Amino acid sequence: MEIIVFYLFAAIAVIAALGVVGLRNPVYAALCLAVVFVSFAGLYVLLSAPFIAVAQVMIYAGAILILFVFVIMLLSPPVDQGEGALKWQKPLALGFVGALAVQLVLVLALAVLPSARGSLTPEVIAQRGDVQVVGAALFSDYLLPFEMTSLLLLVAIVGVIVLAKKR
Amino acid sequence: MPEDYLPILAMVVVVIGFAAAALVVSAITGPRKPNPAKLSPYESGMPPFGSARRRISIRYYLTAVLFILFDIEIVFFYPWAVLFRQLGLFGLIEMAIFVAILLVGYVYVWRKGGFDWD
Repeated sequence: MEIIVFYLFAAIAVIAALGVVGLRNPVYAALCLAVVFVSFAGLYVLLSAPFIAVAQVMIYAGAILILFVFVIMLLSPPVDQGEGALKWQKPLALGFVGALAVQLVLVLALAVLPSARGSLTPEVIAQRGDVQVVGAALFSDYLLPFEMTSLLLLVAIVGVIVLAKKR
Repeated sequence: MPEDYLPILAMVVVVIGFAAAALVVSAITGPRKPNPAKLSPYESGMPPFGSARRRISIRYYLTAVLFILFDIEIVFFYPWAVLFRQLGLFGLIEMAIFVAILLVGYVYVWRKGGFDWD
């Protein structure tokens, strides 16, 4: 059952991701990105990480994507007609994809090593509940970063007012 | 426990199925007698002018970014609300500081007229 749902979400994510890359109209690409984000949320639930799934829907599908769509609206880019705007776009993209592939393989290889596993194994997280695990860490050990997040958000609020209200 | 989320998956399937069925059934059974008024983008509305593909005012960006910032704030509330009883008074003070700092930003936006559409 789980494996069927995994392949369902994985297939939707891959197809939508191909749409993000392949579609010429940036609005369609952004909508495909929303589908990718939501199917990732389904995959996170399958990994017993519902908090990450909630954050994925709220932050990525809800907030980040809104920002993408607004930037498309504000800049109103023309529909891509073929060749990229930058001459060295293709080698650059290849470089980025290569770096991502190396990172993916390294992370997967490190995760197999027993020494790389901390005390919070998937079994422990499944038993305690992942919201509880995240919350307990966030509101005790990582209290200072948590409070500093509010400062970061404050800076962003002031920044957007200064930018948007400038006459 | 992924099994606990099966009802949500079932709801997603039902929603997609209902939407698809509604579109297919109305496309098959609905009568089609088009005339220029019916084919206009806003029937009984004002005729559109210009292209929809134009640049939108930067003011909308302000709305979008403010939404994102307070959206991120809400994500931090979720584990806090789940753990509220365990954290006790300490957790309440932690979150009070967090909210107080963001409230400064809220008051700043308010005083600068960020919520006004002038």
